[in-house]
Amino acid sequence: MGLNNFINCLTAPSTTFIWRDLVCFCRVKMASSFARVLSSKRKVGILSLVGAGSLTVGFFLNREQHVNAGAHVRRIYPPSAEYPDLRKHNNCMASHLTPAVYAKLSDKTTPNGYTLDLAIQTGVDNPGHPFIKTVGMVAGDEESYEVFAGIFNPVIKERHNGYDPCTMNHPTDLDASKIRGGQFDDKYVLSSRVRTGRSIRGLSLPPACTRAERREVERVVIDALAGLKGDLAGKYFSLTLMTEQEQQQLIDDHFLFDKPVSPLLTCAGMARDWPDARGIWHNNEKTFLVWVNEEDHTRVISMEKGGNMKRVFERFCKGLQEVERLIQEKGWEFMWNEHLGYILTCPSNLGTGLRAGVHVTLPRLSKDPRFPKILDNLRLQKRGTGGVDTAAVGNTFDISNLDRLGQSEVQLVQTVIDGVNYLIECEKKLERGQDIKIPAPISQFK
Amino acid sequence: MSIQRHLNALNDTLAKRSQIRQEYPDLSQHNNHMAKVLTLEMYANLRDKQTPSGFTVDDVIQTGVDNPGHPFIMTVGCVAGDEETYEVFKDLLDPIIEDRHGGYKPTDKHKTDLNPDNLQGGDDLDPNYVLSSRVRTGRSIRGFCLPPHCSRGERRAIEGLSVEALGALDGDLKGKYYALKDMTEEEQQQLIDDHFLFDKPVSPLLLASGMARDWPDGRGIWHNDNKTFLVWVNEEDHLRVISMQKGGNMKEVFTRFCTGLTKIEELFKEKGHEFMWNEHLGYVLTCPSNLGTGLRGGVHVKLPNLSKHEKFGEILKRLRLQKRGTGGVDTAAVGGIFDISNADRLGFSEVELVQMVVDGVKLLVEMEKRLEAGQSINDLMPEQK
Repeated sequence: MGLNNFINCLTAPSTTFIWRDLVCFCRVKMASSFARVLSSKRKVGILSLVGAGSLTVGFFLNREQHVNAGAHVRRIYPPSAEYPDLRKHNNCMASHLTPAVYAKLSDKTTPNGYTLDLAIQTGVDNPGHPFIKTVGMVAGDEESYEVFAGIFNPVIKERHNGYDPCTMNHPTDLDASKIRGGQFDDKYVLSSRVRTGRSIRGLSLPPACTRAERREVERVVIDALAGLKGDLAGKYFSLTLMTEQEQQQLIDDHFLFDKPVSPLLTCAGMARDWPDARGIWHNNEKTFLVWVNEEDHTRVISMEKGGNMKRVFERFCKGLQEVERLIQEKGWEFMWNEHLGYILTCPSNLGTGLRAGVHVTLPRLSKDPRFPKILDNLRLQKRGTGGVDTAAVGNTFDISNLDRLGQSEVQLVQTVIDGVNYLIECEKKLERGQDIKIPAPISQFK
Repeated sequence: MSIQRHLNALNDTLAKRSQIRQEYPDLSQHNNHMAKVLTLEMYANLRDKQTPSGFTVDDVIQTGVDNPGHPFIMTVGCVAGDEETYEVFKDLLDPIIEDRHGGYKPTDKHKTDLNPDNLQGGDDLDPNYVLSSRVRTGRSIRGFCLPPHCSRGERRAIEGLSVEALGALDGDLKGKYYALKDMTEEEQQQLIDDHFLFDKPVSPLLLASGMARDWPDGRGIWHNDNKTFLVWVNEEDHLRVISMQKGGNMKEVFTRFCTGLTKIEELFKEKGHEFMWNEHLGYVLTCPSNLGTGLRGGVHVKLPNLSKHEKFGEILKRLRLQKRGTGGVDTAAVGGIFDISNADRLGFSEVELVQMVVDGVKLLVEMEKRLEAGQSINDLMPEQK
């Protein structure tokens, strides 16, 4: 049959199976062809200066331009008129987004059309809290960190305690064999957990992705997860398709995540089209879990009851490396670079994106006034057992690493292991009526 | 190399086709006007379009995708980002408008009538039953993007223009503007006590369309010294204009409404701006449900007996009225007091709609009195308007 006929045939809805084979035959790298088609998804509208040349009075000139409704083109105001009012704000973005920085970056866009206004929207809409300093901005794609480096870099520097993306390199190390110790006393440590995130290069991040991109992320990820074997073999539960029983089971397992309600997330646009292309994958043993398209493309979690952090981290590394290998077979890769490490939606999760922690019972130590200082010097943070922004129940705390960027995964997990061991030692000393010491502060960037 | 070219073109065509299907929202659980109308074919045709200011079909429908709706309440599921949205995406919006506005066709013309002298009666609704009267509408300033899409600069410009126009009102319309971000504690409390203060939207219907961005920047409340004429700036629309007072003198409320609106429009025109309006859709507002007059004229009225009557719903329907609780949309009635207002917005003039309210409420009160006296209301049953 002629080529035109063939093409017509293939554009009919029913012949997608032929398309897959054909694409394999004649394709370029999968990610870039998808991105090529998608790059036209949003053309920035026709822009024109109203009242050319005049900065202050420009708004009201050129009456002729808007006599006909159809003649309207988008009004452009000078950056000074668009600059957000951040006087009541307390977040990292507000601390560093001066009018000069805003003016320099406000007319730039990433290749996908992501703008500065989009990146900072969540920080403008959420002024923050006097005590808790949020980040106040997100990335819509990998290029955001480059195009808007003028604001991202100082934010990253503040959030990650002085890490300078311009001059410093971030070490990535997922070799779990380097871990020393890591088996805690089960009397104190109730559970151990390591989480991180991974983004699929070439697809926009949750604040900016279209439905098609999000579905593509889901497809790529669950395709790879389906290739996991042995103790990692598992199953995917799509949020749109799961049955009542499956939903209840996931709730009972404490695996189910829900539509974000935090305005920090919803204002960034991450909850659009919920629950389309969102889901949860976990292995049959329920020790390795992947969230798809929540706050990041993927969130990867390894966990188990008890204190065997070493085994949790081993599974974590193995799972991550396996998934990476599987997506690479199909021509995909994770977003990563040597300055920022793994690229995720929120700048607070750059680098390793890793939070390794335990639920640990410390009835005496937690009441000691030196507890916060001890944690601080060990570069650990405490949370309630419900996770971020929750209170501790009883005497059980979630203790995890403070840092994300500038140290490798191995280094951070070792920090947690050494730190939690120290905390347990303190608890035991207090049990025996002995005194404890505040440890010397450990250095941040190793 | 022509084979390679063909294959590349093929690759792109197939990718595009598949991409359209990949972009098309899953509306299988949805019950709103947008979901009823937006087929894959329609979506494919609209996907490459955008208004001159860059508003796309995905922007139009986002709120409807994010809010599947309710089996009983049919929401619209779409918003406009600018005046051109209604033109560029007419394939989607015309059927929605037709469905929502009682069969209003794409070729129909909408009549605007803001002459209060054309209203018959309306000054004598029984204040023993009618506790308060109110008329509201919205206005958009031509040439500016609407709340789902406007930038901070545009929103501030809209605020500036509006404050300037309102500042020139005099007589019983003379008043003061309170910017949301600058108001003092005392001013805020006073506005709350007067039931004037509006807050950041919490409804996901509004949030999902992006109307609450940058809150409270560029938002504020203006009211006259007599507290009978109120304008909201940059809430769900550029301007929401409200005339109200206690008691049943709807005629006075409507007269002030028309006078105020006309004066404001003149003041804008003096500065070279006009309201978004055309002879097909009337006044253009953010939500398609508010096209035409954008007018909701209503009363708070005591109908404890009538509201329990089995024919209450049918009566309202025939009178082209709707009931709400006294907290406004999506609230329940308290103590037998209902908010009764016109159900229509488009296809009837302002005078016609307020006339329906005036005539309808008069009848409802008469029925209430009959039921109070233990008499029947069967002979009062209205015809379908």
